[in-house]
Amino acid sequence: MSKRVVERLKAQFAALGPGRGVLETSDFRGDETVVVGKGDWLAVAKFLRDDAECAMDMPVDLTAVDYPERAQRFDVILSLRSLAKKHRIRVKTRLADGEKLASVIDVWEGVNWPEREVFDMFGIAFEGHPDLRRILMYPEFEGHPLRKDYDIAQTQPLVEYRDVGEGKFAPFDHNEGQPWTRVDWQERKHGRDIQVSPAIGLQEHQRPTLSKGHEYVAPAVSPDPEE
Amino acid sequence: MEPNYEDLAEEGGALELPAEPMRLNMGPSHPAMHGTIRMVLELDGETVNEVDVQPGYLHRGFEKSCERGTWGQVYPYVDRLNYVSPMLNNVGFSLAVEKLCDIKVPERCQWYRMILGELARISDHLTCNSAGAMELGAFTPFLWCVKVRDWVWDILEQETGARLTHSFGRIGGMAKPPTPYLKDSVRAIIPQVYEVLAETESLLLKNRIFLDRMQGIGKLSKERALALGVTGPVLRSTGVDYDVRKANPYLLYDRVDFDIPIGHDGDNYDRFMVRFEEIRQSLKILEQCVEKMADEGPVNVDDPRVILPEKGDVYSTIEGTIAHFKLVMEGFKPPVGECYSYTEGGNGELGFFIVSDGSGTPYRVRVRPPCFYNLQATREMICGEMIADIVPTFGSINMIGGECDR
Repeated sequence: MSKRVVERLKAQFAALGPGRGVLETSDFRGDETVVVGKGDWLAVAKFLRDDAECAMDMPVDLTAVDYPERAQRFDVILSLRSLAKKHRIRVKTRLADGEKLASVIDVWEGVNWPEREVFDMFGIAFEGHPDLRRILMYPEFEGHPLRKDYDIAQTQPLVEYRDVGEGKFAPFDHNEGQPWTRVDWQERKHGRDIQVSPAIGLQEHQRPTLSKGHEYVAPAVSPDPEE
Repeated sequence: MEPNYEDLAEEGGALELPAEPMRLNMGPSHPAMHGTIRMVLELDGETVNEVDVQPGYLHRGFEKSCERGTWGQVYPYVDRLNYVSPMLNNVGFSLAVEKLCDIKVPERCQWYRMILGELARISDHLTCNSAGAMELGAFTPFLWCVKVRDWVWDILEQETGARLTHSFGRIGGMAKPPTPYLKDSVRAIIPQVYEVLAETESLLLKNRIFLDRMQGIGKLSKERALALGVTGPVLRSTGVDYDVRKANPYLLYDRVDFDIPIGHDGDNYDRFMVRFEEIRQSLKILEQCVEKMADEGPVNVDDPRVILPEKGDVYSTIEGTIAHFKLVMEGFKPPVGECYSYTEGGNGELGFFIVSDGSGTPYRVRVRPPCFYNLQATREMICGEMIADIVPTFGSINMIGGECDR
């Protein structure tokens, strides 16, 4: 991680107006992080690779994080390393749902598959990517599994056999069985509750679930028969 | 199709052969595609013109599953990422969470993690190299190397109780302190591993068939490897001396003496040789670790918010009961934030990018799988080679489905 790279980036991309250029910097636990505007994503990437002080020639990773409560709900995160200078930096940008981001595949070819994976898992489209297909999921998959509002217990429609038209049944209904998640994202999106677990769920604002779709009813205290 | 020789004579001796390239589907369930993977090949005769490598057949939703339990419940999942060297994943994830929480484990634990990690690395490289040789018809080296791997697993079983999926790492320490037999067991196998390595090499490295199928096949240049994000033995075989253990020493790797073996052609042979040399370097590290690790001393950090209390305390003291209950029901709670921590896994830079929202459940666990990037470079290694060369080339990548597809 390198402070100097952050300073170079700030100097280069500071005076670009609101919502553009370098928006934030941080160094939590020594990880130098720069948040840039999404319009400058490609320009920042090119600068980081070509600038002699930065010389970021190794694409380490590209991934995303979903924050459904935010207006710009996705963080796209690019980790980079320089082989010669031996420093690292993390570049982030924020996107709203449905917004596209410029692909940096022309800068580092290694982000080809990671960009496909982010597209697959989060539904973020990359403009300029030559081969934006699903990579881990199959083409018929519905939804994007790493979004927080994709329930982990959700079932997918059965993909039809190419030569058999009908007569196949979905394996289970998605409301059956035990809940898989400790956080109900459908509820949390509306600001309602945070489930942790049945045993400590009697705290305020925490609705415990025994099974999905069944409300927990606290046992009524039975009156003393003597009275 | 039998050509019609009478027509051939009339056309002046020119035989029309089908000239379009052939589409061939290889995998996902194919004996050479160990780890389910599908390749759609475009062939010109036996030469591969173009290949579309399609991972994802072993996707089990690792990252999604991590978002539903506690931080400690991630360990069984990381075991199943690179299931040839699970201990390296355990250590890598422990270090990531400890970086997020700014915890430093005691020195004895760091030596212990290094010993277990290097044992796992040896078993990883032995599996890859010997299985690669077996696919070329050399069955004896496979049996010999698997024998050695079994000795390594015997030690891991003695220490952790499991041979393959240990789930032995903990945040802020290890599940158990080292057994009193650890040092003697490690010292006992080191000379034997050296011997078997020499025997295996003597079988393979003068064999014409083996050399012809390894040397100059599946080449990857240094520049292309860097651009594609390749790390680990595959990158080092192209001549780049990038090893996380040297470049950014974690644990106590800056206090042991070892070298980074590098190749210069980036072909199958170099990858094979780099892996065998790395086993020797790992043995060298092991020798130093068992010398330097103290026999007595704490392994886990002394913090009841992180480490489960002793079982006896849970049953006899109220503090122990409460600590146990809080850790099991709510889980350990790291501070709000995110960090990227990286270690040298069996196949390269194994990184964990973790995000915490301050609760006992991980907000996001992203693993940077070295295999995923190495596999991305496979296309360049295979294109232009013969179809039979896919087998040794793919073998030398050491693609582990669990890690690549997660």
